[in-house]
Amino acid sequence: MPVSTTATGQKAWQLRNREESLIRWAAWMAGTIVFLWCWKQISDATTWFFVQDAPAIAGDILARATPPRWSYMEKLWWPIWDTLNIATLGTIGALFLAVPVAFLAARNTTPSVRFVRPIALLIIVSTRSINSLIWALLLIAIIGPGVFAGVISIAIRSIGFCAKLLYEAIEEIDKSQVEAVSATGASPMQVMAYGIVPQILPAFAGVAVFRWDINIRESTVLGLVGAGGIGLQLQASLNTLAWPQVSLILLVILFAVVVSEWVSARVRGAII
Amino acid sequence: MSAALDARLGQPWKKPPLIKRAWLRWGLGIGAVIYLALAIASIEVNWSRVWEGLDRGGAFIASFATPDFLTRWSDIRDGMLESIIMTVAASVVGILISIPIGLGAARNIAPLPVYVICRGIVAISRALQEVIVAILLVAIFGFGPLAGFLTLSFATIGFLSKLLAEDIESMDKVQAEAIRATGSSWIQWINYGVQPQVMPRLIGLSMYRLDINFRESAILGLVGAGGIGATLNTAFDRYEFDTAAAILIIIIGTVMALEYLSGIIRGRVQ
Repeated sequence: MPVSTTATGQKAWQLRNREESLIRWAAWMAGTIVFLWCWKQISDATTWFFVQDAPAIAGDILARATPPRWSYMEKLWWPIWDTLNIATLGTIGALFLAVPVAFLAARNTTPSVRFVRPIALLIIVSTRSINSLIWALLLIAIIGPGVFAGVISIAIRSIGFCAKLLYEAIEEIDKSQVEAVSATGASPMQVMAYGIVPQILPAFAGVAVFRWDINIRESTVLGLVGAGGIGLQLQASLNTLAWPQVSLILLVILFAVVVSEWVSARVRGAII
Repeated sequence: MSAALDARLGQPWKKPPLIKRAWLRWGLGIGAVIYLALAIASIEVNWSRVWEGLDRGGAFIASFATPDFLTRWSDIRDGMLESIIMTVAASVVGILISIPIGLGAARNIAPLPVYVICRGIVAISRALQEVIVAILLVAIFGFGPLAGFLTLSFATIGFLSKLLAEDIESMDKVQAEAIRATGSSWIQWINYGVQPQVMPRLIGLSMYRLDINFRESAILGLVGAGGIGATLNTAFDRYEFDTAAAILIIIIGTVMALEYLSGIIRGRVQ
């Protein structure tokens, strides 16, 4: 905490010395310049004429979208069921794939820290960094549109997330319990079943429910690229500018998201 | 006691079940089986189409070995640049807006009306999915990066304000009270009593959100909100898997670099 002297000779407290404040000032300056440059690029790519009448258009859309066409609901039950299935089956598939990856990625259970672990980590990073919509695009190009492509894309996308949280849980287990089980003469599989699995089971269940909640959100929009679920109806309604149907679908999605979040919070509360 | 012990002696040990109540355990198990049977039965899979597609899948995986950066390089470069610009601008604006909202959404420093309004904003922002917000904003503001920028800023507010508010709520009260006892103004109180306590986490979360924003910006192009997504979509539609593989490799590489960078920054501030 350097102390500086004011003009009248009084000593004043200041947080940083001169070099530090200069460096900070320069960093803020550089950050501001970068931001302003980015803003200029966005601004150049924008037709400001359209933005000027945006409030009018927003009001227009709102007026067209209300009230929602409730009678359209009868066509939505099946897509809602599909959406639920995409999320649930996708989560189950992801867990089946994530468990081995997590055991290979955890330092204390991997067969080889040098060779196997980096591969497992690469799987985790690459599946996590690509959004499920992109996976869906890819799978539709490969296996054709439909619910099945949605399930697979949700499953692949969730591997990284589930495996990351699981392997962190595996790395934090209590070693003494594992040693106690292996001291009874248990085989490696028995050590796994009685020493490691009971310790990570709560974390596993928590991760599963948490990811299911996220997957419900993601599966509602997968239909936009043709991978089944309620997104298909949303896309169709948007394409025909049927705003009352769009607003109904958005309400349904909002409701589904709130319910799934509530369920996931309740289940996690019960487990942990 | 001893009678219960005698009954247990000689019995083999059994693993205690995860759910103690038997009816709940069986009910959940049977319900899950019925649901799974119905769900799997309701999915129509065109296996011949899948079989045909396996070749294409193989071709796609093989194309990761020979990614084609050059043929569409100008498209890829423009798309990536736009994605990065959107990410940076949206993160900055989103963080700036989410700080006051985060302060307002913390029950221990905000009065009740402010708290309710701020929590409402957070709830709306978190419930709406990025892609859906992007669709609406594209309809309102037209195609281009402005819609993507607004979408990402909006999503950042929900994420960051909520976590910041939770961090403020769990802060150490004593330090804040000590600052208040010196006769500080409200701004000084926030600046010297609250901010130093939450700053490391705020920086860590901001870096994490920057990472998320970049990943999200990669898909906003699918609905016309600017960024690399449009280029990627075109590449898939034209079955140009080597270009698509190149774009995916760039995305994965950027995300890994960002994660590494945020790891370093978080390590330094904490």
